[in-house]
Amino acid sequence: MATFILRRLLWLPVLLFFVSLITFALGVYGPGDPVQVLLGLRATPETIERLRREYGFDQPFHIQYLNYVTNALQGNFGYSLVKYRDQPVGALIAQALPVTIQLNLVAIFLGVGIGVPLGLIAGLKRDSWLDLLIRGIVVAGISLPIIFLNPVLTFIFSRRHDFVLAALNLKFSIGPLLPMVQGYWDGIFSAKVILPAFIESLGIIAIMTRQMRAGMIEVLSADYIRTARAKGLRERVVIVRHAMRNALIPIATILGLMMGGLVAGSFLVENWFGIPGVGQLAFDALMARDYYITMAMVLLIATAYVLSNLIVDVMYGLLDPRIRKS
Amino acid sequence: MQTQTSPKRPSAQARLVRRILANPPAALGALVILLMLIAALFAPFLAPYAYDQQNLDYIEKPPSAAHWFGTDGLGRDMFSRIIWGARSAVFVIVMVTLVNLTLGVTLGALAGYLENWVDTIIMRLADILFAFPGLLFVFFIAATIKPSVMNWAKASGLGDLANSGYLDYAVVILALGAIGWAGLARLIRAQVLTIKQREFVLAARALGVPTWRVITRHILPNAVTPIIVALSMGLGDIALSEGYLSFLGIGLQPPAPSWGNIIAENAGRYWRRFPEMIWLVFIPGLVLAAIVFAFNFFGDGLNEALNPEIVD
Repeated sequence: MATFILRRLLWLPVLLFFVSLITFALGVYGPGDPVQVLLGLRATPETIERLRREYGFDQPFHIQYLNYVTNALQGNFGYSLVKYRDQPVGALIAQALPVTIQLNLVAIFLGVGIGVPLGLIAGLKRDSWLDLLIRGIVVAGISLPIIFLNPVLTFIFSRRHDFVLAALNLKFSIGPLLPMVQGYWDGIFSAKVILPAFIESLGIIAIMTRQMRAGMIEVLSADYIRTARAKGLRERVVIVRHAMRNALIPIATILGLMMGGLVAGSFLVENWFGIPGVGQLAFDALMARDYYITMAMVLLIATAYVLSNLIVDVMYGLLDPRIRKS
Repeated sequence: MQTQTSPKRPSAQARLVRRILANPPAALGALVILLMLIAALFAPFLAPYAYDQQNLDYIEKPPSAAHWFGTDGLGRDMFSRIIWGARSAVFVIVMVTLVNLTLGVTLGALAGYLENWVDTIIMRLADILFAFPGLLFVFFIAATIKPSVMNWAKASGLGDLANSGYLDYAVVILALGAIGWAGLARLIRAQVLTIKQREFVLAARALGVPTWRVITRHILPNAVTPIIVALSMGLGDIALSEGYLSFLGIGLQPPAPSWGNIIAENAGRYWRRFPEMIWLVFIPGLVLAAIVFAFNFFGDGLNEALNPEIVD
């Protein structure tokens, strides 16, 4: 086990080396000159040249890369070149990261809270109309494009709706049920978090429901469930204590895998709702060719994914002795 | 050498089709996919107007007999744009699948068959791709290569091509193709590793059949089923990714018809005026959702039909 963890941890720097080399090359040789962007079209060649020297863009590629890596290893990931001009990238990410992590935690909470019970019911009532209904809703949930859900759900929940029933001479209005986030973040205990978190949780709900349903179906046909029933345990005890517990194990693994996604952030959701998270930061940087931010984001996400995969594999080993042996 | 050859035994394909049709969600999915293919193939004949034809005297009109899905802010007929959007979607799906198939099968088969440093390089490359959330990487690649491709086209005297919007398709296909192969390559490598141990492959190698021939003639035909299933599961995602790319403005640009950029154009402009104009977002959104839905159901049905024994 220790060698296994060590080998995987040693793979991380190798991966980061290649990933950073590729992204850095794309940034340096890619189109668009950040200096040109900074100074605008009327800049004289002299000013451009001076700024290029100041930022070190006049150095050959390997020197630029080495400088970047040396700085990065000391915790300095460069400065924003465009939108947040001259602010250190580390500080920008440190600002955005907690927002995204909180939002994703709420999404995971909703995803598990809704998905696990749905999957449990679907698995217990296999092939009934309830099962079909739940599976249908779940597939619909992952098929509806986020770019469609964003405006439509915002319209439904964050707006006042006036209804006029002319026949009954009745006029009434509903809503707005949920406030809309407007470019700032109020924390997870604000009602503003519900809509974006719910949209982000749809995919998680689908995964959880599927896994829980498949798990329950598999576990319910196991020998120890027959034994538990045969010794006369009440059905509730059989399901809660014996079946559910075992069906929940893979859920724990999936949750572990999601930890890597915690830092990635969904820019489609963040962008629409104006949430100042990592997704928004990364997307703006990508579009504006603010490549120190892009680099840092890519490295952060790659690290998080590798570490979460490692945690999951280790957890597997701890939960299941058969894997540990091999 | 079948012992029970009755003259009317249905072919394997016919049985496959029958199994899919016997599964209502999968049959429905197949129907929706068929409709999309028809719309894509015959778009010029089915669409009552050109996708970019503007009628400025008739803007923002709700659905009517002349304009089934209404008209948008530039007076373009939404029904025609949706039909033409099917052509964009099908084109992107087919091309990306071809790229994925070519790269995935070639690299996966090589890795699994050779099992040496080539294998290490290919699989580590796949690991790197897996280290990212897929969509983010697609955006990254598309946003990075797009200006290069455009500059290259202009520098090579292909300015018309750059302005025509065809290169946008190339960027989308390249970006989606660049990451999509990794999953397929892993799958095929695993298949090749197991099939390689079977007697008929050992026999072929013992007879001195060259490597590429062992792979193409003996190993790959035996790995076709999982390849088909994996590909069919990915089709909906490709359609969705194209929509997202176009939504973010790094995919197909207006006036090119893409369901994603139709939603993008109209959601941003009109959502504050909903429920007025809501059909301009609702219809393309539901069409995109229906296609993804259809591919998901069809993929599941295909999986069950091809592997009747592993139905959960």
